[in-house]
Amino acid sequence: MDVLEKNSITEEITGLIEQFGRDRSSLLPVLQGVQRKHQHISDFAQQEIARLLDIHPVEVYSVISFYSFLHSKPKGRNTIRLCKTIICDLLGKNEIEEALERELGIKFGETTNDKNITLEYANCLGMCDQGPALIVNERVYTKVTPQKVIEILNGIN
Amino acid sequence: MEDLETVKFQPVIFADYSPGEAIRKAVGISRQDVLFELKESKIKGRGGAGFPTATKWMLTAAAKADKKYVVCNADEGEPGTFKDRFLLLEHPELVFDGMVVGGITVGAQKGFVYLRAEYEYMLKSLEDYLQQMKKDNLLGENILQSKYNFDIEIRLGSGAYVCGEETALIESLEGHRGEARNRPPYPVNTGFMGFPTTVNNVETFAAVSHIITKGGEWFRNYGTDKSTGIKLFSVSGDCEKPGVYELPWGTTISEILDLAGASNTKAVQVGGASGYCYPKTQFDRKLAYEDAGTGGSIMIFNESRSMLKILKNFMEFFVEESCGQCTPCRIGNAKLLDGIEKLEKGEYTFKYINQLIDLGRSMQVASKCGLGQTSPNSFISILENFREEIFAKSSGGRNVN
Amino acid sequence: MLINDESRAPVSQKPNKLELPAEKEGIGSNVTIEINGEKVTVPFGTTILEACKNNNIHIPTLCHHDDLCIAGVCRICVVDVEGMKTLQSSCTFPITAPIKIKTTTPMVRKARRHIIDLMLSEHFGECYSCVRNNNCELQKLAKEYGVDRYNFGHIQKSKYDVDKSSFSVIRDMDKCILCKRCVRTCIDLQEVGVLEAVNRGIDTTISTFLDKPLADVVCINCGQCINRCPTGALHANDPSDKIWEAIDNPTKHVIIQTAPSPRAAICEEFGMEPGTSLTRELNTALRRIGFDKIFDTNFTADLTIMEEGTELILRLYNALVEGNAEVKVPQFTSCSPGWVKYLEHFYPEFIDNLSSAKSPQQMFGALIKTYYAKLQGIDPADIVTVAVMPCSAKKFECERPEMRDSGFKDVDYGLTTRELAQMIREAGIHLPEMPKSDFDDPFGEASGAGLIFGATGGVMEAALRSIIELVTGNKVENVFQNAKIIPVRGFEGIKYVEFPIEGVAEVPAILKPLIPDWKWLEGVTLKVAVAHGTANAKKVMENIKSGGKLSECHFIEFMGCPGGCLGGGGQPIPTNAKIREKRAEAIYAEEEGLTLRKSHENPYVNHIYANFLLDGPCGELSHKLLHTHYTKRGKFID
Repeated sequence: MDVLEKNSITEEITGLIEQFGRDRSSLLPVLQGVQRKHQHISDFAQQEIARLLDIHPVEVYSVISFYSFLHSKPKGRNTIRLCKTIICDLLGKNEIEEALERELGIKFGETTNDKNITLEYANCLGMCDQGPALIVNERVYTKVTPQKVIEILNGIN
Repeated sequence: MEDLETVKFQPVIFADYSPGEAIRKAVGISRQDVLFELKESKIKGRGGAGFPTATKWMLTAAAKADKKYVVCNADEGEPGTFKDRFLLLEHPELVFDGMVVGGITVGAQKGFVYLRAEYEYMLKSLEDYLQQMKKDNLLGENILQSKYNFDIEIRLGSGAYVCGEETALIESLEGHRGEARNRPPYPVNTGFMGFPTTVNNVETFAAVSHIITKGGEWFRNYGTDKSTGIKLFSVSGDCEKPGVYELPWGTTISEILDLAGASNTKAVQVGGASGYCYPKTQFDRKLAYEDAGTGGSIMIFNESRSMLKILKNFMEFFVEESCGQCTPCRIGNAKLLDGIEKLEKGEYTFKYINQLIDLGRSMQVASKCGLGQTSPNSFISILENFREEIFAKSSGGRNVN
Repeated sequence: MLINDESRAPVSQKPNKLELPAEKEGIGSNVTIEINGEKVTVPFGTTILEACKNNNIHIPTLCHHDDLCIAGVCRICVVDVEGMKTLQSSCTFPITAPIKIKTTTPMVRKARRHIIDLMLSEHFGECYSCVRNNNCELQKLAKEYGVDRYNFGHIQKSKYDVDKSSFSVIRDMDKCILCKRCVRTCIDLQEVGVLEAVNRGIDTTISTFLDKPLADVVCINCGQCINRCPTGALHANDPSDKIWEAIDNPTKHVIIQTAPSPRAAICEEFGMEPGTSLTRELNTALRRIGFDKIFDTNFTADLTIMEEGTELILRLYNALVEGNAEVKVPQFTSCSPGWVKYLEHFYPEFIDNLSSAKSPQQMFGALIKTYYAKLQGIDPADIVTVAVMPCSAKKFECERPEMRDSGFKDVDYGLTTRELAQMIREAGIHLPEMPKSDFDDPFGEASGAGLIFGATGGVMEAALRSIIELVTGNKVENVFQNAKIIPVRGFEGIKYVEFPIEGVAEVPAILKPLIPDWKWLEGVTLKVAVAHGTANAKKVMENIKSGGKLSECHFIEFMGCPGGCLGGGGQPIPTNAKIREKRAEAIYAEEEGLTLRKSHENPYVNHIYANFLLDGPCGELSHKLLHTHYTKRGKFID
C-alpha cells in the first residue's frame, strides 16, 4: 500500500469517526463504513481505526473476527449470502447452492477470479415464509429457483 | 420480495392507528399514566423471554442517572421468525412511536434501533421515515411543543445471532464483541455505556403504541390471564400459507396448523431453533407464556422430514452462533452436534446419548446467557419426542426424506 | 488521588456498580442471607463467592482472579439461588437482598462436573509432560470433582501451533481453557493490549493482532499473563537445559547472579508460606548444583545507583543550569525491561528521558566478561553467565543486540524463579533445608539499597539515600528514621514525593570531575514519582504529555509489573496482592538487618571505580560497558 492510498484511508476513517463520534461505541459503524467501500478492513485500516479510537489493534481485529459480516481479508466486490437455516434448507437450498457454484465455477467461501463475486452462507435471513432466500450485498431475493439464480447473477455487474 | 400472507384475527397490532397518535397521547399525560396503562395491559416482552414491559420501564424510569437510553431490539435472528421484518417494513410508525413513548416515559433522550445486518435493505426507508417524523416534530427537540427531547439512531448489526440477547446487543452497540454480560446488574440500571437502558422487542414497541392510545384494559381483553393481548406469529415450513399471523395468546398449535393449511404434519417447532419441538400428541398445547412460550416462530414439518436432519441444522446453527465466552455453550453445543453426527452414522450407545441429554440440562442452567440456556431445548425435545424415529434401527434416522 | 483511577475494563467486566450505604453500620449496610441453610450476615454488595469464602465454604473458580476484573465465563463457580430459574455464577453475583444460596445441590455438582468434562475434552496435551503439572488449576479441579475419565471424548489432534517466537513468553493454545485471564491481564491490568479473544463459538481462541507471532506484536514480555494462566497454555521460554549443558561442560565457567525478588519468593516453590527470603540457603543450593561462582545482583544494583544517580545529577545540571534544551527531564529509570519495551512501543518520543544506565543484570554480565575475566585470567568466551530473575522480560533483555558491549553476549541466560526451582528439584535438593553460605568474591556483599530494588519504590529509595547524603552531607538517618524512606514504599499505583534540599555540602571526590559544586541545588525541591505496572506507567505518561503535575518531576521510577520485581512474570504461581505484600515484607525485613545500606558506601563498588572504571561514574569506560541506548519501536505492526 503506498502513501497516497494510506492517506486516503486515514482520511476516510477520520471522516467516519467525525460522523459517529470519537468513542469506542462508533467501532461497528466505522468498520461497516470501511468495509462498504473496500469489501474488507485491511491491516492498515484496522490499526488506523485503533489509533484514532484509542484502542488496541487486537481489539479491532477481535471484533472483526467475531461478526460474520465483517472481514479482515479481501473479498469480491459483491457478496452473495445464501440462507442455510432449516426452512430454506427444506425449501430447496441445495439446488440453489449447486446452481450458484456451477454458474460461478467456485465453491462457497470462495471468490471468483475476477474478484467480482464471493459466495457465502448466512444463517436465517428472516425470509422463512418465502424461502429459499439469499441476499446480494444488501438486496434480498426470495423464492429463489435455479432459473432465478441466473437472472440474479446477470443483474450483478 | 413477494407479498406476504397476513392473517388478522381481530386487528390489534394491525388495528387502525394514525401515525404519531401514541406520542400525542403520551406528551399530554404523565409518565405515571403511561406506566399505569402498560401495567393494566399486563403486556410481557414480545422477544420471547416474556419479562413484564411495565416493570422494565418502571425500573428504568426509577433509576437515577444523567442519561438513559431506549433500545429497540431489531436483531431478529431466531430461525423461523420474521414478524419484526414485517412490522418494520409495513408499520414503522407503530415501532418508532412506541420508542418515543418509551423515551418520554423512562426519561431517555436517545434511542437506538439495533437492526440486524441482514435487514440492511430496509435501512434507507426507515431513515427516511425518521426524517419525516423529525419534520413532523414527532422526534427531536421539544416533541409536539412539549418539554420532551428524543432522537432515534439506527445502528446496524454485523451478523451475530447472539446480539439479540439484550446485554450482548448493548455490548455490540458499545463497539465490543457481542458477548452477553453478567446479570445482575441488569440493563435497567447499568445498560448502554453504564446508563439505565430499556431494551424492548420491535413488536413490544408496536404493541405499546396501541396500548397507549386504546388503553391497557382493551389490550388485556385478548389472550389468556397470564399472556394478555395479541401476538404476531411467524408461520413457516410445510404449509400452504406461510406468513405473519395475528392471533390471541392461547391459540392452540392445531388451530394454527388449520389456519396455515398444513397437512400431514409430524412436528411443530415452537420458538425457533431455541424453542421446543412438539409431536402430534401435543398439538393441543396452547401458545402462551405459561404453556408453549414463543417469540413467535412456528415452524411446521410434515411426515416426509427427517427429525435428525432438522436437529442437525439447529445444532450447526448454535455451534456457529454461540459467542464462545462461556464453557457450557461454547463446547456443549459442539458436543451435542457430535452426538447428532454419531447418531447419523449409527455409532452411538444409549448411555452416551443419555449423557448428552444430561449435558444439555446442565447447559440450560449453567450457561451465561439465554443462548446457551435454550440451545439444548430442541436437542432434548426432539430426542425425547421423536425417539422412535431417531433410534429406528432400519433408518438410523438417515433414510427418511 | 493524583490521577483519576478509572479502570479501563469494559462495563461488562466491572463489578456491579452499587450505591453502597454511607455508614458501615447503618440500616441496609448488611444483608443476612442463608448459605446451605445457615444464616450469615454480609456487607451489602458482597459477591456470593466472597460471602462463601469468608464463611469457609469452598467454591471452585477458574476465570476468577483476585487481581482482575470479573468475567463470569468459565461457569465453574455456579451455585443455586432460590427463586432463580438458572444457576448463578457466584463470582459475579452481588448480594443485595436476603437470598438463600445452596452451593452443592445435585444440579450444581453435575453442572460443575460437566464443565470440567467439557474443558478436558478440548484440552490437548498430557499432564505429565506439562510445565504446570502439579500446579494446574484445571488438573486440581478435575481431581476435586472426581472427573477421572473423558465422558465426551478427548481432542486427538493439536489445533494450534505453539508460538515460540518470543524470547520470553511461549503460547500453547491447545491447553487454553479460554478463561480470558491473560486478556484481562494484558488489556486491563497492564494496558498493553496484545491479547484478545478472536473468532467466536467453538473457534474462539486467544490471539494477537492478525494472529501474528507474539514476537512481532507490541508484547512487552512482562509475563503477567503467565502468572495468571490457570493451565500450561502460557509459560516462559525455559533455558534450563542449556544451562545444565554448560554446567556439565568442564571447559565452561558458569556464573550465576541472583536478584533479590527470586530469593524472597522461591520458598513458595518448596511448599512454604510466602514471606521468607532464602538468600543464603540458595547460595549453597546453587553451589551444589554446580555453578562455579555465585554473585549478588545487588552489587550491580549499587553500581546502577552510582551510574544512574550521576546521570540524573548531570541531566539536572545541564538542563537547569546550562539550560540545554536537548537534555530531557524527568529522567526515567531503565532497570525494568518490561517498562523499557513498553516505552519504546507506546511512548517512543520519550526514549531520551530513559536513563542510559543498563539494568543491574546487564551491568553484571558486562563486568563479568571484562573485569572479572581479566582478574581471574579466564577467556570470556568460556564464561557462561546466568541471571536468576523474577522476570520473563529479562530473557528478552539479554538478547538485545545492544547488550554485547563486552564483545560477547553480556548475559547468556535469564532464568526465572520458577525455572530455577525446577533445576533445584531436579538436583534432588530441598531448598529450605540447605545450610547458609555467602556470595563469592570479588563482588562479595552488596548494600541494602540494592536489595530493595525488588519492591516498587526501591530504586527510588536507594537513589534518594545516596543523593540526600552526597548532596546535603546530612546522614539519611537524620532525615528518615532508620533510613527508611516510607513515602516511596507501598503498593499505591502512583506515588509522588517532594524533598526540599536545604543546605548543600562539598561535592565528593568521585563526582568532582563532573560537577564543580552543589550550589545550584540549594533550595531546590526535588520532585520524584514512582509507578508500578504499565497501566500506572501509562497514567504517568499521559499526565506528563498533558503537562500535568508529574511533568515537573526530576526523576521517576517505573516498574513494568504490579508490585515491582517481586510481582514479576517469572515469579512463583499463584500471585495476588497478599502474596506480593508478603514478598515485600521479606525483602524489607532482610534489608533492615544489614549494616551496609547505601550504595555509595559499598566498598566493592568503590573498589571497582578505583581499580577498573577509572574515569568514575558516567566516565568513558562506564559508558561503554554499563550504559546503553534504546530503539523507537512504535506501535505500528507491519
